[in-house]
Amino acid sequence: MTERSYSLLEAVNLALHRAMHDDPNVVLLGEDIGVNGGVFRATLGLREAFGLKRVMDTPLAENMIAGLSIGMAAQGLRPVMEIQFLGFIYAAMEQLVSHASRLRNRTCGRLSCPLVVRAPMGAGIRAPEHHSESVEALFAHIPGLRVVVPSSPARAYGLLLGAIDDPDPVIFLEPTRLYRMNPQPLIDDGRRLPLDSCFTLREGSDLTLISWGGALVETLQAAERLAERGIAAEVIDLASIKPLDLQTLEASARKTGRVVIVQEAPVSGGIAADICAALYERVWFELQAPIMRVCAPDIPPPLYRLEPLYMPEVGEILAACERVLDFG
Amino acid sequence: MQDLPFTRFLAANGQLASDAPAWSAESQPLQQLYRQMVLTRLFDQKIVALQRTGRIGTFAPALGQEAIGVAIGSRMQAEDVFVPYYRDSAAQLMRGVSMEEILLYWGGDERGSDYRAASAVQDFPVCVPIATQALHACGVATAFRIRGEHRVAVTTCGDGATSKGDFLEALNVAGAWQLPVVFVINNNQWAISVPRRIQCAAPTLAQKALGAGIPGEQVDGNDVIAVCERLDAALQRARQGKGPTLLECLTYRLGDHTTADDASRYRSEEEVRQAWREEPIVRLRTLLAGRGDWDEAREQALVADAQLRLQQAVERFEAIAPRAPEALFEHVYASWPQALAEQRETLLERLRRQATQGVAHD
Repeated sequence: MTERSYSLLEAVNLALHRAMHDDPNVVLLGEDIGVNGGVFRATLGLREAFGLKRVMDTPLAENMIAGLSIGMAAQGLRPVMEIQFLGFIYAAMEQLVSHASRLRNRTCGRLSCPLVVRAPMGAGIRAPEHHSESVEALFAHIPGLRVVVPSSPARAYGLLLGAIDDPDPVIFLEPTRLYRMNPQPLIDDGRRLPLDSCFTLREGSDLTLISWGGALVETLQAAERLAERGIAAEVIDLASIKPLDLQTLEASARKTGRVVIVQEAPVSGGIAADICAALYERVWFELQAPIMRVCAPDIPPPLYRLEPLYMPEVGEILAACERVLDFG
Repeated sequence: MQDLPFTRFLAANGQLASDAPAWSAESQPLQQLYRQMVLTRLFDQKIVALQRTGRIGTFAPALGQEAIGVAIGSRMQAEDVFVPYYRDSAAQLMRGVSMEEILLYWGGDERGSDYRAASAVQDFPVCVPIATQALHACGVATAFRIRGEHRVAVTTCGDGATSKGDFLEALNVAGAWQLPVVFVINNNQWAISVPRRIQCAAPTLAQKALGAGIPGEQVDGNDVIAVCERLDAALQRARQGKGPTLLECLTYRLGDHTTADDASRYRSEEEVRQAWREEPIVRLRTLLAGRGDWDEAREQALVADAQLRLQQAVERFEAIAPRAPEALFEHVYASWPQALAEQRETLLERLRRQATQGVAHD
């Protein structure tokens, strides 16, 4: 098996090739995914490799793509549907929330819905309006769904294969900011990664930094800056937004006693709040300082001239770390 | 615009048109349809009575629309897939869904959608969010096409549902991909309190098919012969790979929208009285009786037999105990995620505590 470097985007493409090759029930559908290979080229070459019947360019209607995927999934196919940008997914919400997430439960397991929704997420690529959303929390709230955000090529590959294999609907959100950043060597060995586990990217005993998706870039930079000052930060990639791997988060919080959560999305009703609450319930007496959140304010992602002000920033993360470290 | 086809063979007075299909000259097939329509109506009345006495929850009766569901049930093949809306017990019974399952569903138990019959095991459960099921049928049909199977997905909806994006998106993709799907609009003239005339300015709902490039036509939905005949044609087209069809069946909702509704708030008694003169069961009985194929004795035997079956189904339904509390977590995911184990434990712990304190959980 040859090992070469893949970007996160290429890793997604590689996983799709692998999944379609290994399982004839895997089909792809979405807008511009066939002839064009997707607007980001995530599905490049798949139509040529697996044919028109399995790689479907759909009419332009997100809700239709979701509804169709539900019907196909109930018939035993494993549809991987692409929503071109996460900001366009709202049209599909009724299908995903009222049907995909609960078909299994409604029928006591008689019918199920093993579909994957792939959608690019997040800001930071100077995209037009409605192309920069991070709304993972909307889906985390829905029983029956899983929500996964990869943040490296290897995790994109393994998590996407795991998501396609999973017997239930998985919302798989790909941070556009990371699509072409830092290619890494990757072996196309078909290995699945678990869908309900965090990944500890950096071990440390002084404080815990928790993040996911694009915001991990700044989070890791902050950890590096702290290391230069002799402070050992543990960095956890949440990866599984729903369900939360509270066991790993709790163990780290217990070890360091100090936690900062970095979230690209607006603060209210976000995943960071959920993590905070869960940790306070579990490790209150072992915490040395209040948990701090670094999130976007409650504003829509701005058009790109002021976009940097919306994004998590290393200085801001470091300031939160200072406050947590200075406490007590 | 050119007028769309409209089909009626059996008039409200029981007169059969001379161009009626050959099979309608025979006694057996018509008697079978008749028996099934009567059974459906009695089942419906039974459920409404159970609701009125608090033994079952809110229910959407199909009073007056029996011909459409019975035609669907009699014309689909076992291997086809039915994707119903929520007023479809007529067709569901014929697909093999049991009376207890229908009673369980409306009686507040998820097991009512866990159809056991082989012919219904791939059918979708009743769909409550309006028109969303039309897209599921297109997905099912897409799966048939991908696998090269000669099966058809049949989906139903009401007149109100044709105003929703899902319905139009479904017609559009079915046309674009020439999917083996049949759309049946159960146009019963009322979307709860909103009448057909203010639902949409188009003179027919069937013409919505034209914008999607697929054939649309109207049928007298109270004429079971016409509905069967046009369904046969649509099913055959779909099975032969010739694409989808939209059938608008014109009928009337003689009952309330659901048992929680009071239709007298928004429509006149005169309108309902007029609609009763057009209903599907009497006209078929008139035809059969005129031919000497039906009489009062057979009617009484049919009703007595149906009542017995209904009573037995109700007894079986009422003997089924509620699911165990653990069942709440059993099918949310294929297996309850370990990461959420604590949530399940919290509820079970509460039940254990209540049990030791002698408090019933319901």
